Parts: sequence; C-alpha cells; structure tokens
Amino acid sequence: MALSNATTGLRRDSKQISIFHNENVRALIVFLSSLGLFLLFWEVGARAEWFTRGVPTASATFKELWWWVTNPFFDNGPNDLGIGWNLLISLRRVAIGYILASLVAIPIGILIGISPVAYKAFNPYMQLLKPVSPLAWLPLGLYLLRDSEKTGIFVIFISSMWPTLINTAFGVASVDKDYLDVANTLGASRLRTIFKVIIPAALPNIVSGLRISMGIAWLVIVAAEMLLGTGLGYFIWNEWNNLSIPNILVAIFIIGTVGLLLDSLFAALEKFVAFGRNS
Amino acid sequence: MRSASVNSSSPTDQSSPLPQLSIRNVSKVFPGKRGLFNKLSGKTSRDFVAIEDISLEIEPNTFVSIIGPSGCGKSTLLNMIAGLSSISEGDILLNGAPITGPGPDRGMVFQSYALMPWMTVEENLRFAVETVDPTLSTKGANRIIKEYIQLVGLTGAERKHPHELSGGMRQRVGIARALAINPQILLMDEPFGALDALTRGFLQDEVERIWEQQRKTVIMITHSIDEALLLSDRIVMMTRGPAARVDEVLEVPFPRPRNRETIEQHPAYHALKAEMESHLFRETRAVEEARMSR
Ligand SMILES: Nc1ncnc2c1ncn2[C@@H]1O[C@H](COP(=O)(O)OP(=O)(O)O)[C@@H](O)[C@H]1O
Ligand SMILES: [Mg+2]
Repeated sequence: MALSNATTGLRRDSKQISIFHNENVRALIVFLSSLGLFLLFWEVGARAEWFTRGVPTASATFKELWWWVTNPFFDNGPNDLGIGWNLLISLRRVAIGYILASLVAIPIGILIGISPVAYKAFNPYMQLLKPVSPLAWLPLGLYLLRDSEKTGIFVIFISSMWPTLINTAFGVASVDKDYLDVANTLGASRLRTIFKVIIPAALPNIVSGLRISMGIAWLVIVAAEMLLGTGLGYFIWNEWNNLSIPNILVAIFIIGTVGLLLDSLFAALEKFVAFGRNS
Repeated sequence: MRSASVNSSSPTDQSSPLPQLSIRNVSKVFPGKRGLFNKLSGKTSRDFVAIEDISLEIEPNTFVSIIGPSGCGKSTLLNMIAGLSSISEGDILLNGAPITGPGPDRGMVFQSYALMPWMTVEENLRFAVETVDPTLSTKGANRIIKEYIQLVGLTGAERKHPHELSGGMRQRVGIARALAINPQILLMDEPFGALDALTRGFLQDEVERIWEQQRKTVIMITHSIDEALLLSDRIVMMTRGPAARVDEVLEVPFPRPRNRETIEQHPAYHALKAEMESHLFRETRAVEEARMSR
C-alpha cells in the first residue's frame, strides 16, 4: 500500500506538494537518521571506551558481518561452522516442529471450534498450556525422548501449537452466523458447510494463528539450541564461550532478519486470505 | 380489515383460492434460563414471548410486506418461515406441508447481504446453485448464473469480490443468489436497511422491475412506509412486542407496473400512508413509554 502510494505520487496534485509531506518519506528519514546517530554513538563510544571493555566498534562488527555473510558455508567441525549451515539447521528444526504442530493444531482446532461443547470443554487446557514458557518443556522432552535433536523439535512442536490451535478453534467457533444461515437455507450438507463455508470463513484467524506460532517457533529455537549441539542458538552460545562479541552481534542481526522475513511472509498470506475483512 | 378477513384472495391472483403459505396460530417463546446451574450463578431469566398467535394466509404471486416497530418480532417470524428458527406453537404450512426446517423452496435475502467474502460474485451464485442441485452440469450452472447476474444488472462484475462492490451492488448479488435457486417464496429481512437513501430508492425500483418479470411470492420486512407502498400487494402491520400480534392487514390496490410518481396520484395512496404512519407512530411511542417507565 505504502509503496504504491509513493509510486503513484506522480499525479499532478500530489507532485506539487513537496515529497517531504509524505508520511512514508518522513518515516524513512527519521529511521535513517536515527540509525545513523545510533551507529555513530556506538562507533565513538566503543573507541572512547565508554562501555564495558571489549565492546567492538560498529565498523569492526560490520566487517565481521560481511565476512560471515560472504562465507556462509564452511565446515570445520561443529564448533566452527559457517553461519549459513547453522541457519539451515535451525530452519530445518523449526520447519519440522512447526509443520507437525500445524498439522495437528489446525484439524483439532476445527473439530473443537465446530462443537460449542468441545470448545468450552477444551478451552481451559488451551488457556492453561498457552502461557507456559517453551523452555519449561525442555527437561520433559529430554527425559521422554533422550535425544537432543528430537527434543529441539519437540519443544518447537509443543510451543508453536497453541496459538494456531486457539486461533483456529476461535475462528471456527465465531464464524458469522449469516454465512451459516445462508448454507442452512440452501440445504447444504454438514460436510459441504464445513469445507465451503466454515473453513474459508475462519481462514484469516487460522493464518494469524500460524503467524504467531511461527514467531514463537523462531524465538524458541534459538533458546533451545543453546542446549543442543548445532544451529544459530548454539552458535551464539559457542561464540560466548569464545568471548567473541562481534560474532554474537552478527548472529543476533541474522536471527532478527530471518524472523522479520518469515513474519512478512505470513503478513502477506494474511492479506491474501482477508478479502476486505480486517481481522 | 382485521387479520381475520385476510383470507380473501389478493387482487393479482383471483384464480387460486389455495394459500401458498399459511401461518396458523404461530407463537414464538424464547425459553428463559432456568435450572440449578443458572440459579446458582444468579443468571435465571423468564421465558420471553416474542410473538403470540399470529395467523396469516399468503396466496401465490403476492408481494407481502411486514412492517412494525423495531424489536417486535418481524425477524423472528421470518426466520420461522425460513426454517432457521423453531416454531414454539402453531404451524406454518408451505403448500399444505408443515415447515420443519430450512430448504431451497424458500430463498432468503439478508439485511447484511451475507455474501461469502472469499467468493467472487459468480462463485457466490455458484455455491447456491450447486448446493441446491448438485447434479447440475457446469454448463447448466453457468447458464443460470449468467441469467441472474444479468437480471440484477451486474454483468461485468462477475469476477469481483464483495468487498470491491458498493452496498447496493452487494445486495443485488444477495437478491440474485436468492432467486438463482428458483425458490417458491422469496424472504427478505430489511433488504435495503443498510443502504443510503438514493441507492435504496434505486434498488426498490429494481425489485419492482424484477418482480414484474418473475411474480414470485415475496415476504419482505421493512421499516419504510414508502417502500412497502411501492412494492406490496398487502402490508401486514404488527403490534409492538412482547407477544406481538398482527394488528391490521392493508390491501394495496395500485395497478402494476408501478412507479413512485404514479402511485402518489392514486386516490387510495394518502389514506393508506396516513393509516400506516399513525400505526407506526402509536406503536413506537408505546414502546418508548414502556422503556422509560421501566
Ligand atoms: N435468540 C433470542 N433469544 C431471546 N430473545 C430473542 C432472540 N432473538 C430475538 N429475541 C427477542 O425477540 C424480540 C423480537 O426480535 P426480532 O424478531 O429480531 O425483532 P425485529 O426484527 O422486529 O426488530 C426482541 O425483543 C428480541 O430481543
Ligand atoms: Mg429484524
């Protein structure tokens, strides 16, 4: 939206006003100048040793980032692995756990949402388990599975299940009664109503559940991997043991960027299934 | 003209003495909350009698409007006819057979349009047509869809989604969808209630035009006296709730096809309008007074 506004700004009337009146342009200016100030403060502060000793300068950190990004795939053993490999390892774990969780959560959410009794009966479980910190599942996973790789996936699975489950059940349970009335007056079968009306109507809720779950999965994997042998989380833990602060900052930046990309993907999907509804 | 005299056939159809729809001593009671559980939580409430002992006979090919103060039970009555709401007492017979649930012999137009936002105009109609007749070939369905999109003047908007349409266009889709399943009776619950005055007038003219072509039995709920006078053969005026009844049924003698200007010239126009105004005013004032003294 914002982009198309800016590009269609070629219209005569809007061209006469200075482009600095455009909200997006102004936001970009504030963003860039605050970023510049921050980097300047960091660089000067680190050089003047305003912070704790050992804090790298901004320029050193960027050099480091450049090196890691241009050499993503090398493999000198588990403690010296390119960031690309670590990223792929983390993404793979997230993908497996998250997809399994979604495959379980969406059908169960639909079943729970369809029946008012089931919705009321199972809601306490969902509400109770939702706020449990994902890491609380870690010991349980290790005990049950006795394997760090499987435990990582288990933790992703169990913690990224609840938002999808809750949102799906809620979306299905709160389908606009008018849609159901339409299906009823036409004499649609239960199955046809579920597939043609209820699920499409609940889709925006389902997708926003998936989006929250994805965010959680990405948060959790980094923490969980500190206790596992590979992945971005382990990379950070390892660099902390090496006391390599620039590398930790590089990893934080990469984790943030990937999280942002994943979230944008789901934001686009949300828009795609909304059809003018704003949920 | 009390409700008892309603059985006389309508002026548009003298040949058919059999009513298409008979509403016989129908009441609707919304049950209150009772039982131990509700008593403990202090949430008990008494039964609510929304409408009581309504009788009405509707002959084929008549356009009937129901008008009454807000909250009197018009939607409740229409939903019972549609089969969406259970009948507490009495019977509603469609062609002599009691109504037990919803069915495609009755098409419904909703005030909120109730179009599926994820379906295009065409898909909304297709959903209705294919649900009602699953054996229909794609070609047959396409033909029906095209015909009804044309009937409501939406040609060119087939591929659009509802959110890309204006309110008036959306309700055209709603009307097309209800008619496309070829129901015996068309039920409309304040179909133009959410539209601005200009669009509303425009759509009323459209409904008048379509009705002249199809002459289906229509039951329409409305708040608008002008709308009722323009479109109806008969106007059912309901009293305020609770326990709402039919107060009076007016015959509208204007010849068809009608339009706004010519009906105003008709000698009966002003008397009918005054009658409806005084009825609505009286009932609405009583509702307000009851609310204040509570
Ligand atoms: N499901 C329900 N349970 C209890 N009361 C209801 C229910 N639906 C409607 N009512 C009551 O029945 C009365 C008639 O409602 P309605 O038929 O919607 O009125 P109208 O369409 O004439 O404005 C109102 O007083 C409303 O509060
Ligand atoms: Mg109503």
